Amino acid sequence: MKKAPVRLDDLAGAGKRPLIHLENEDLMSLPAPLDHPSKDHNWPPLSAQAGEKFECFLDDTCAVSIPQPKTKEEEDALVAKFLSGLDKLFVKENNWSFLQPLLLTMEHCAKCQTCSEACHIYEASGREEIYRPTFRSEILRRLYFKYVKHGGMLSSWQHGAITLNWPLVARLIELSYRCNLCRRCAQTCPIGVDNGLVAHELRKLFSQEMGIAPKEIHDNGSMLQLRVGSSTGMNSEVVKDNIEFIDEDISEKAGIHVETPWDVEGADVLLIHNAGEIMAWPENPGAFALILNAAGIKWTLSSEIAGYDSINYGLWYDDAQFARVAIKHAEAAKKLKVKKIVLGECGHAHKALSVIADRILTGDLNIPRESSMTLLRDIVMSDRIKLDPSRNDFPVTLHDPCNLVRLMGVVEPQREIVRKICPKFREMEPHGVDNYCCGGGSGFAIMSGHNFADWRFHVSGRKKIEQILNAFANCTDASIPKYVCAPCSNCKGMIRDMIAYYNLWESNRIHYGGLVELIVNAMVDVKPGFIDWEWR
Amino acid sequence: MTLAVYVIIYAAALVFLIASVVRAVRYARLPLHLRWELYPVPHEEPERVKHGGSYFEKVDWWEKPTHFNWWGEVKFMTPEMLFLKGLWEFNRSLWFRSFPFHFGLYLVLATIGLLIASVLIGTSALHACYMLTGIAGAALTVAGALGLLLRRLTDPNLKNGTTPADIFNLVFFVVVFGLLAAGYLTAGASFPGMLVLVHGLLTFNVSVDIPLVLAAGLVLGALLAAYIPLTHMSHFIAKYFTYHSIRWDDAPNRGDVRLARRIAANLTYRPTWAAPHIGADGKKTWAEIATTNPASGTKK
Repeated sequence: MKKAPVRLDDLAGAGKRPLIHLENEDLMSLPAPLDHPSKDHNWPPLSAQAGEKFECFLDDTCAVSIPQPKTKEEEDALVAKFLSGLDKLFVKENNWSFLQPLLLTMEHCAKCQTCSEACHIYEASGREEIYRPTFRSEILRRLYFKYVKHGGMLSSWQHGAITLNWPLVARLIELSYRCNLCRRCAQTCPIGVDNGLVAHELRKLFSQEMGIAPKEIHDNGSMLQLRVGSSTGMNSEVVKDNIEFIDEDISEKAGIHVETPWDVEGADVLLIHNAGEIMAWPENPGAFALILNAAGIKWTLSSEIAGYDSINYGLWYDDAQFARVAIKHAEAAKKLKVKKIVLGECGHAHKALSVIADRILTGDLNIPRESSMTLLRDIVMSDRIKLDPSRNDFPVTLHDPCNLVRLMGVVEPQREIVRKICPKFREMEPHGVDNYCCGGGSGFAIMSGHNFADWRFHVSGRKKIEQILNAFANCTDASIPKYVCAPCSNCKGMIRDMIAYYNLWESNRIHYGGLVELIVNAMVDVKPGFIDWEWR
Repeated sequence: MTLAVYVIIYAAALVFLIASVVRAVRYARLPLHLRWELYPVPHEEPERVKHGGSYFEKVDWWEKPTHFNWWGEVKFMTPEMLFLKGLWEFNRSLWFRSFPFHFGLYLVLATIGLLIASVLIGTSALHACYMLTGIAGAALTVAGALGLLLRRLTDPNLKNGTTPADIFNLVFFVVVFGLLAAGYLTAGASFPGMLVLVHGLLTFNVSVDIPLVLAAGLVLGALLAAYIPLTHMSHFIAKYFTYHSIRWDDAPNRGDVRLARRIAANLTYRPTWAAPHIGADGKKTWAEIATTNPASGTKK
């Protein structure tokens, strides 16, 4: 029996039950070997304990884990805080940073649903109503006209009615974390409205006014980075130790001595990695060191606070936290008097520091920032290092991180590289600026509380898995190793987790990794076999 | 009655103009926002526009000459404005309803332009042109509006987003352009023609006899024109900002004194966000807040 679509009013319903529960049969179908719902994982419902303790009444999963208020007074106080934050979203003193795009989005959406068809989450969920980009926007829009513009009955007739209560706010908090902020929806809007921005602005309201954000991106994310220097928890001593270990390991593996320079004053390049690479994929910073040394680049890492971790989770939920971390990055570069900052393989760090922070970093903090993709492209295409493409003679496809591509316009450099060094390169479809998000964007890749990981593997990452399987459709056999190149740490983590979840390494020999690993794997001076065809 | 029709038309035109300008000025005067562009950006170098690339694809991009390809914007916007190219690409079924509606309105606007031009020049040579654009415009607008209305009423995908005003707006268009077409076609031999009517309107000659149905169409049309800039249907204004000021605003903060001044002004705002980690008290500036570390005193 077809389920009745959720109505906007349902969000204000007081029932302590999720509005929807998805089953494998509801979801968008996938190609082989996942071509039947029965081949998909069972999807555990949210635990009863979580349902009793947290506000998890949207869709049977939970990203934010908001404790349930104990009294009506507590609920009313939270709603009052929400209203206060709502007002601030539309005041320039509080939200100059996004006021113009937000107002235009509030006042001009034609609700034509063109954006819905562009949204991978909506499509993958089997077109579930609450995942439409317009669903959360329509709620915010109605709240805006009613409570910010103080609209009466005429406004309600014009813009729609809405009931505000704690259940609606609680569900809206969760709903703001069912969007990857990839802005594919905005790209297709005929008017230029940005319903993806609405999720961003709601998250800001909840964080900046109510102090509510997923602990993975706030407590263990931006706060930890500002306290210790990295969201990985590594302080400068630990990171130096780890890099020293990586240098030794890579030297042995590559047969070339590798030494990572630290805190070199006046270097041409300050390279900032996503520190998650150092912990999870040490071969990535190792490969960077190898390439930059071989190309004769005068470069350095910084041991300043946040100077060795490019992540900036504030980008997804909090302007103040965003600005603080961006300033720390710039201060590290300023202290070393480097000519430019080059960002490693991390999409959101690219956009955060290169694009968004551009109107925050002023004076001597406005140090030029550049993508590692362009620097690597110049190294590879200028033949400054000798490469043998036959070493990469396996099928390779390229994932386009949204932040790097659609939101920053760095599209071709990484392609020029893989075209040159990977003879069996094939594109995903669609690709480039029309790409689909990996499903881990906007923090999801690091959010795994309760059964949220199952949700992202089944729903937000589903389109990417479909694309990967389609890209390798002519070589699915497990005797052929295949490589998904994801030049972004968060995307790579999400793709790793999905390959593991769906057992695609065992069944189809689909592996994943970064771009620099492919380059080093093709370097003539490096011992063959840099890429490990072993699952980790 | 003719006087009343003239007064209403002039009043509505004034409301349309003032409301449109007020809306545009309101958006234009909002503070400079953080960059939030979406690629492709058509004023990039032509070879980059093809794949949606930006100047960030160049090593040491800040040392390279800046490039602003106006022709790229014109090439993008012309088919977008005239033919709703984006809708054709991303929502074909809607395009078949929305394009006739919008193109019909363009033809009606062209008709008004041609009629005014004919009066000012003092010629009736354009008669065939404005007849054609007027009738085709009204027919396409009505057909498109009916198509959009039918979709609004029957498509379950639109149910959550549809308000009573959305239905009213489309009915309003159908009624206005239906009346205008019917009024003109049934005007009879005593009606001196649209050119004389427009001449009368421009010279305030109240001796022109306007048939009742046509007069109703003109009055309602005027009210519709006054109503549009008060609603989301003023997206002809919004679209300038959503494209030029947001999607395509990739201006780097490099040596542009005006831009630097606007950024500096933003950093002096004093926010009042209440969450403790922000540390806003209404006295600290945005710059001061951004340079404090809420984690600095906490345990490592």
